Amino acid sequence: MMNLAWVVPLFPLCSFALLLLFGRKWKKASAYVGIVATLLSLLAALGVLAGRLGGTTYEANWTWMQIGDVTLTAGFSVTALNAWMLVVVAFVSWLVHIYSQGYMAGDERFSTFYAYLGLFTFAMLGLVLSPNLLQAYIFWELVGLGSFLLIGFYFYKEEAKAAAKKAFIMTRIGDVGFFIGMLLLFWQTKSFDYDDIFRAVGDGTLSPGMTTLTAILIFIGAIGKSGQFPLHTWLPDAMEGPTPVSALIHAATMVAAGVYLVAALFPLYEASEAAMMTVAVIGGVTAIFAATIGLVQTDIKRVLAYSTISQLGYMMLALGSGSYVAAIFHLTTHAFFKALLFLAAGSVIHAVHTQNIEEMGGLWRRLPWTAPLFLVGALSISGVPLFAGFFSKDEILAAAWLNGSVELFWLAVAAALLTSFYMFRLFFLVFTGEARHDGDAHEAPMSMVGPMVVLGVLSVASGYIQTPWFGSFLGEWLTDGAYHHEAAPGWIAVVATIVSLVGILLAWLMYGKRTVPRDWLSARAPHGYELLRRHYYVDDFYRWTVVALVSFISRLLAYVDRYLVEGIVRLVTGTVSAAASAGSRGQNGQAQTYGAVTVAGLAILVVIFALTGGYWL
Amino acid sequence: MTLSAYLALALILFCIGLYGALTKRNTVIVLICIELMLNAVNINFVAFAKYGAHPGVHGHVFALFAIAIAAAEAAVGLAALIAFYRNRKTVQVDEANSLKH
Repeated sequence: MMNLAWVVPLFPLCSFALLLLFGRKWKKASAYVGIVATLLSLLAALGVLAGRLGGTTYEANWTWMQIGDVTLTAGFSVTALNAWMLVVVAFVSWLVHIYSQGYMAGDERFSTFYAYLGLFTFAMLGLVLSPNLLQAYIFWELVGLGSFLLIGFYFYKEEAKAAAKKAFIMTRIGDVGFFIGMLLLFWQTKSFDYDDIFRAVGDGTLSPGMTTLTAILIFIGAIGKSGQFPLHTWLPDAMEGPTPVSALIHAATMVAAGVYLVAALFPLYEASEAAMMTVAVIGGVTAIFAATIGLVQTDIKRVLAYSTISQLGYMMLALGSGSYVAAIFHLTTHAFFKALLFLAAGSVIHAVHTQNIEEMGGLWRRLPWTAPLFLVGALSISGVPLFAGFFSKDEILAAAWLNGSVELFWLAVAAALLTSFYMFRLFFLVFTGEARHDGDAHEAPMSMVGPMVVLGVLSVASGYIQTPWFGSFLGEWLTDGAYHHEAAPGWIAVVATIVSLVGILLAWLMYGKRTVPRDWLSARAPHGYELLRRHYYVDDFYRWTVVALVSFISRLLAYVDRYLVEGIVRLVTGTVSAAASAGSRGQNGQAQTYGAVTVAGLAILVVIFALTGGYWL
Repeated sequence: MTLSAYLALALILFCIGLYGALTKRNTVIVLICIELMLNAVNINFVAFAKYGAHPGVHGHVFALFAIAIAAAEAAVGLAALIAFYRNRKTVQVDEANSLKH
């Protein structure tokens, strides 16, 4: 089955092509095309996973082109990581396809939406299957394109348009780093293949300095795609896209691409202490940074967006701490519970037609399915014991502790506290208390509830593939049996539990029971509150520095273009057209004018003849 | 009588004809003016044939040819004028400007 792994990304591509051609005619049936295509892709991915479970790594390469003595290959590989990611991506994508059928119903561009979903899923699956950096880069950019199209799906809204452009440009900034890193690696190793690169790292062909440099450059690409500080600002704005898109982009696909890339190149990072440190510090800082912003946001999707950034920071922290398994484990559980939270948020928005949590409240009874499912997701992300998030977060905390970076460990613990606080702030504000909105709120249709139920089950169950009690299946599998679970101090799990429960308790006191006034923070530290509310002024900082500088230069160049270049062009065209209009004034259709001109010409000739005395020649 | 007197007459006649052909708005007058110019040329032919450097019969023959062709031209010109008048209900030459630009 593994030799057929290339068909996995092909199904969504077919769906994209078919819907592009016939979507307008099929209208509502478009959804079924997308759903069936991703289902086939999921089945194929499961087949690949089953094949890999019973076999070893499979790789197939073909010569793509030959330039001098360098051969570029294209192909696909099935490693443990690839096979795992294929299933996660295909599964979440399939559920999002089903969910969208209800959420996007009645949209004028329904089939276009499904076409874009197909393209995006194709790109992500292709990225995961790539056996070399060049191919990965191509799919990496396709993911960027897919996200641009999906975020800007409501392109008639100015905000959506701006968000799509922002997402594209911010990730492009990171991509430049990736590109330079990739070319440096190629320059040094004469190959884009992961295996060749790792071999070069192993036998010292790649100098330590170059290893660090390329690892950090490629990490810049991951910073862009995975929304790490300081290139994270596109991610909250990307919430302008339809909610199923948010679930897809921010759970299993686009933002996971950065984590996946670092994981796929893990031997390169492991070889450089500085690169590992960079990854860990960026991850840790991002985790706490985004979590603090998440505390004060009032848009339900923006809270989830900042929580995504924070959780991705966790994954990067795990990678930087050397625990590749913990990162992929958290990536998987996060894919499920974050997709669940986004889909549930979409269901809430669908019911009350607003995204402002101040205008929600008291929805527990009205949404008998969504509310408990959201609670499951919130418990999972908060790291309450027995839920999936608890196991994966515990693994990351243990990795950070065992790596010896005490500061990062406590940073991660603080972020965990904040996470459970803002998640339950959201929960209490949306689902409990009195209703602060008018109009009826109805539960979503089955096509939306179904995927949420599946994700709800997985938000609990997916934690049990790697636990201290039932063995570490995922770890052993990802590392081909070489995994040994280092005994983390038992108190870490206790601390993590206490921290998450304290966060929930605080949120309950403030927003549930209201013994603590809501403006406790904003009244005591108005400046701090404002700082958080404005996302640490990062956006404003960019606006006044980078954006201002670039638009100043571009305006300058625009003036040069408009007045200098265009001036010269205008002069040429003006001269020609002035001459032409002067000439055309002579063409007035009056035979007598023509006659007069002829006589005048003849007279001139005669005068010249008379003065020069005959022929010149 | 010398040659220059004939040539002066022909020149005056030609200039009157040219002036009329270029300035008059009535097509009939324009045609008459063209006849004047042709006759000026004929006077030149005949004058040179009689008093020129090589007197002979050629100039007379050319003059006769010119008269015959001028008659044909007048017939064609008047026919065209009538056709134009039927179409546009006018004989003003400045209104015959369909070929403008």
